[in-house]
Amino acid sequence: MSLPTVPEISTMTSALEMHTGDDVVILEDTTVRYRVPRERFRTFKEFVIRRMKGQVQYVELLALNQVSLQVKKGEVFGLIGANGAGKTTLLRLVARVMRPTQGRVIVRGRVAPLLAMGAGFHPELTGRENVYLNGTLLGYTRREINELFDQIVDFAELRDSIEAPMRTYSSGMLARLGFAVATAQMPDILIVDEVLSVGDIAYQEKSAARIRHFREQGATILLVSHDMSSILKMCNRAAWLNHGEIVQVGPAEDVVKQFQIFMEVETK
Amino acid sequence: MVQFESMAILTKKSGIENKPIYDSAKRRLMPLLEAREAWRYRDLIIFLVRRDVTARYKRSVLGIAWTMLNPLGMMIVLSIVFSQVFRITIENYPAYVLSGLISWTFFAQTSAAAINVLVWGGDLLQRIYIPRSAFAISSIGTGLINLLLSLVPLLVVMVVIGSPLHITILLAPVAMILLGLFSLGVGLLISTIGIYFADVVEMYSIIIMAWFYITPILYTLDLLPANLQGWLQLNPMVHLVELFRSLVFYGKIPTLENWLISIGVALGMFLVGWLVFTGKSDEFAYRT
Repeated sequence: MSLPTVPEISTMTSALEMHTGDDVVILEDTTVRYRVPRERFRTFKEFVIRRMKGQVQYVELLALNQVSLQVKKGEVFGLIGANGAGKTTLLRLVARVMRPTQGRVIVRGRVAPLLAMGAGFHPELTGRENVYLNGTLLGYTRREINELFDQIVDFAELRDSIEAPMRTYSSGMLARLGFAVATAQMPDILIVDEVLSVGDIAYQEKSAARIRHFREQGATILLVSHDMSSILKMCNRAAWLNHGEIVQVGPAEDVVKQFQIFMEVETK
Repeated sequence: MVQFESMAILTKKSGIENKPIYDSAKRRLMPLLEAREAWRYRDLIIFLVRRDVTARYKRSVLGIAWTMLNPLGMMIVLSIVFSQVFRITIENYPAYVLSGLISWTFFAQTSAAAINVLVWGGDLLQRIYIPRSAFAISSIGTGLINLLLSLVPLLVVMVVIGSPLHITILLAPVAMILLGLFSLGVGLLISTIGIYFADVVEMYSIIIMAWFYITPILYTLDLLPANLQGWLQLNPMVHLVELFRSLVFYGKIPTLENWLISIGVALGMFLVGWLVFTGKSDEFAYRT
C-alpha cells in the first residue's frame, strides 16, 4: 500500500554497532524524503479514483540526501548553508522529532533543544505553573523540577513575579524564564539555532556564560547560524549543507572560507 | 558570583553512566515504546490537564460554572423541544436527556479534541520531542474532569424534578473510564487516517452528528421498531451510554451482558486506535 506521504522507513541494522568511540551524534547515510503528491487532491474520493486509474504522481522532495556525519563529545559543531539546505531537518533528526526515511541516526545522551524556549507558556497561568508545564514538556519529571525550581527562578531573576500570571511579564522576562528552564540541567547535547539573544546585554552575557560552562563540562553543542563570525568564534568544526547534501566537513575556518567563496560566486 | 553556585548544582547530576541512547533504527514494538514514553511523560499529562482546566476557569467570569451550565442549557432546549413538540413521554425526561447528553458530549468533545491536537499539534511537535500520545491522553483527562463536574447539574436536576438518586452513581467513574478509552481509540484512529486524507478530519463533525441520532440520547431504544433496535446494537455508543445511564439515572447495576459488551468495545477500540496510531506515528512529522 503506498499512500501519499508514506516515507519508506527502512529498518536496517547495519554493522555500525561496533563503531562507537566517543561520537555522541552519528548520522549514517541519512536521507529524509518528503513525498508530496504532484497535485493537491487530498480528497479521499478523488484519490481513490485517480489511484485506480494509476494517475497519482509524486514529487520527491529530498530534504537530506545520504548525509553522514559524526559529532564527537565536547565538540562545538556548526551547521551552515543557505535557507532550505536541510539544516533544520538535520536538527529535527537529532532532536528525534522525526525519523529518517533511510539511514540511521544515533544520539547518545539527553538532548536539550534551545529551539522551543518557553514552549507551551500560557498567559493565564502563573510563572510557577508555567515552569512546571514548560519543564515537563521538555521531559523533566515533576520531582526534577521541584529540585531545580529555586535555581530556575534565581537564574531568570524573577523571584518577585513568579506567582504573577504570565500575561503580566515583559518579553524579556519570558525569554529569561524560557532559557532558565531549558538549561536548568546540563544536557549532553545542546542544540542552538541562531545566536542566542535572550533579554538585555547583561542577561545575554549571563546566558552565554552558562553555555560556556556547559561546554567546559563536556557538553556537545550543535549550532546553526547564518552569522559566520559567531560560527568562527564558537565552533571547532563545521559542516556545510547545500540542497540536502554535505559539501564539506572540517575545521570551522576552512568550511566557512569555502562557503563564503561559494556564496560570493552565487550572488554575482 | 551567584550563578556559579547554582551551576554547581546543575552539573552534579549528569553522570556519564546510563545515558539514554536514541537509535532511529530501533523501531520494533512501537506500541510498547509509545506506551512507555507516555508513562515517562505522565507528569506532563497532568500539567496539560491542569492547564486546560485552570485556563478555562481563569478566563471567564463564570469560569468553571460554564462546564456545568452548558449541558444544562442544552438539556433545557432539548427536553422542551422533544417533550412539547415531538410529544415524547419518558418518565423524568429532563434527567434522562441530561444523563445521556453529558456522556455523549464527553465522547464528542474529547475525541474531536484528541484529533485536533494530534493533527494540528503544531509548532511544538516540530521542534522538540514529546510523545504525541501524551497530548491525546491529556485531552481525555480534561474531558473526564469536565464530565465529573457536569454530574453536579445532573444531580441538581434530578433533585428538582423528583427523580430518585441512587447509590450506584458511585460506580459511574468506571463507566467514564470506559468512555474515555473508547474516545481515545476513536481519536487516535481518526487522526492517523487523517495523515493520509485530511477530509476525514473535516468529515468527523458530520459523522458525530449522525452518530448522535443513532444513539438513544433523546429517545429510548424501545420507542424504535424492533428490527431497527437490533441494528442499533451494532453502535458501540449504545452500550456505553446505557451503562452510564443505568448507573447514574436508573440506579440499577447494569446487566452482565452490558458490562461485557462495554468493556469489550472500549478496550477493543482503544487497542485498535493505539496499534494503528503507533504503527504510523512517525509519519505525522512528514506532513508538510
